[in-house]
Amino acid sequence: MNFNARRKPKLAVFKFASCDGCQLTLLDAEDELLAVAEAVEIAYFPEASRAVIKGPYDIGLVEGSITTHHDAERIQQVRRQCRTLVTIGACATAGGIQALRNWQDSAEFVRHIYPSPDFIHTLKMSTPIAEHVPVDFELRGCPISKSQLLELISALLAGRKPNIPTYSVCLECKRRLNVCVAVAQGIPCLGPVTQAGCGAICPAYGRGCYGCFGPMETPNTESLRAQLHVLGQTSQEISRAFRSFNAWTWHFRHASDEEERA
Amino acid sequence: MSRTGTRTIKVDYLARVEGEGSLYLKIQGGRLRDVQLKIFEPPRMFEAFLRGRHFSEVPDIVARICGICPVAYQMSAVHAIEGALGIAVDPAVRLLRRLLYCGEWIESHALHVFFLHAPDFLGYQDALEMARDHRAVVERALALKKAGNQLVALLGGREIHPVAVAVGGFYKTPSRKEVRALRPALEQALEVALETVRFVSGFDFPPFEQDYEFVALSHPQEYPMNEGRIVSNRGLDVDAAEYEDHFAEHQVRHSHALHSVIRVRGSYMVGPLARINLNFDRLTPAARQAAAEAGFAPPCRNPFRSIVARALELVFACEEGLRLIESYEPPARPRLEVEPRAATGQAATEAPRGLLYHRYQIGADGLIRLAKIVPPTSQNQKRIEDDLWGLVPALLDRPEPEILWKCEQAVRNYDPCISCATHFLRLTVDRE
Ligand code: SF4
Repeated sequence: MNFNARRKPKLAVFKFASCDGCQLTLLDAEDELLAVAEAVEIAYFPEASRAVIKGPYDIGLVEGSITTHHDAERIQQVRRQCRTLVTIGACATAGGIQALRNWQDSAEFVRHIYPSPDFIHTLKMSTPIAEHVPVDFELRGCPISKSQLLELISALLAGRKPNIPTYSVCLECKRRLNVCVAVAQGIPCLGPVTQAGCGAICPAYGRGCYGCFGPMETPNTESLRAQLHVLGQTSQEISRAFRSFNAWTWHFRHASDEEERA
Repeated sequence: MSRTGTRTIKVDYLARVEGEGSLYLKIQGGRLRDVQLKIFEPPRMFEAFLRGRHFSEVPDIVARICGICPVAYQMSAVHAIEGALGIAVDPAVRLLRRLLYCGEWIESHALHVFFLHAPDFLGYQDALEMARDHRAVVERALALKKAGNQLVALLGGREIHPVAVAVGGFYKTPSRKEVRALRPALEQALEVALETVRFVSGFDFPPFEQDYEFVALSHPQEYPMNEGRIVSNRGLDVDAAEYEDHFAEHQVRHSHALHSVIRVRGSYMVGPLARINLNFDRLTPAARQAAAEAGFAPPCRNPFRSIVARALELVFACEEGLRLIESYEPPARPRLEVEPRAATGQAATEAPRGLLYHRYQIGADGLIRLAKIVPPTSQNQKRIEDDLWGLVPALLDRPEPEILWKCEQAVRNYDPCISCATHFLRLTVDRE
């Protein structure tokens, strides 16, 4: 990306259906936040500021998934205002945990929670941003990784491609010198099919990976499913494991549907 | 602007709150006619898709309701589920959960005090603008927030959506050495927290008081976090299992979050001000001392002073955290094996923003049959509107930008987390 050297690039943060955790990651970069604020002009970030500087913006970070008609229109405007649009996190990139409605009757969901469901306007599906507008870059994770976010911002500022690995969590586990929880303890783990980025936290804390960074580039979900059966998991359990924060990605959706039918 | 016509004043997108909301005021003939705190954050419908999930998955799923207070969701969930399944955790697990909660209170309160609320009192649009004039203050605030995050990251695996919390305990518990390594950061955080109390208690507070019903947990020995009875200054004293007998939720057309009221009496306040008013004598010594020096004595009925209550809770959380670190011994087993049975359990814990109630009905197969979650912001929603009813009439002659900003500030007194409540804020003022 070529920024005009005479002015600071403008950064905007937009929110759709989400928990705010991914944008909070920017404020959680306690050691780097003031430096970031010097390198870019934080032009629109309602969670952190009342001030609104009009677009267009050089970098737009988009958190959250599309779940209402209004948001489906708003994302079009957001796209027009941003030179580079980056989705941050599983909600924006994959539809998020709220995409579990995609398998169900959403109207029933609304009736379950709200006494007067007619006031609630929501779409049947929770969909990722890329199903609505072209996305220039995506950060995975529920939540995203702070270091990947900082790498992305520095790369965009320097005009180079961000260095974000697409291999699996297994590699991070090896690097962290974790003992494989699946092999050593028979704990079901989605690490082999999940994209790296978290630092293999779950195995380091004695549990299996639950896939919050979504599918790696070429995941072999079939062989993992077979292995999970060997570990004694039922189809129902395996189906549920794939249906979490990245349930609506093609690979995880497919794997969960196959197990559900099994 | 005309004094006799109808005016609408609106804030279309409330800033510096977590989530999407707006504010709408209608003024007719020089009188305030309507106040609506509108929460338009799209509902994500957690309670619906929790049905059919295994109880062990619940702490991971409900964390995603809120990126600012995931620990609170995990805590209310594990306590409700453990209650249903009849499990009593190891006392060391209990203390570790309290330490984890201290971390979240520090991280969340530091964020609100410095990033979301203090700029209102000092006339800045945000903390980064504030940093241009008060760089040292913002740097210390960041160090404080970081100390809280470090605690959560060690105990939970990461700051946002920690992975270590399990029904029955933790997937893994830290060693004594790892926990002790946090002491210097927390000691420094305690110093910053004490300075924070001095800093915020010097702000200019609008002279505004309301006759509140404060609601919080209360525990005989300790400042409440995970345990205690639900009490109020008007005689409420009930167990979490009785919550739904005393509190009702109803839907209003202008909000995606259900409004909570105390049956019979109406709106009430939860959060740091309610907590401190009801539990002042259970604060840690440094926090009580800091309160005395700041001239803060319960009951405090000025909602703008909630920023002082939050700062005092920062002192408390640092001091309590240090005490827990000192006495920490890893539990014999990080987590108990848990067998499912058909049962229902309820629990309320103190999220940074106030009481957070959960109820789960579990089947014999361990799958969730029914989930109910009442976050603090839904409970405060009605009370926020009531505050504005009290506040705005005195402001009607002021220029609109000033009314807007004061109203926003009054909303932010509650640190509303709209992601939670529907899980925001726009202000509209209608004037004719
Ligand atoms: S991806 Fe996860 S952490 Fe990020 S906004 Fe969505 S729910 Fe929150």
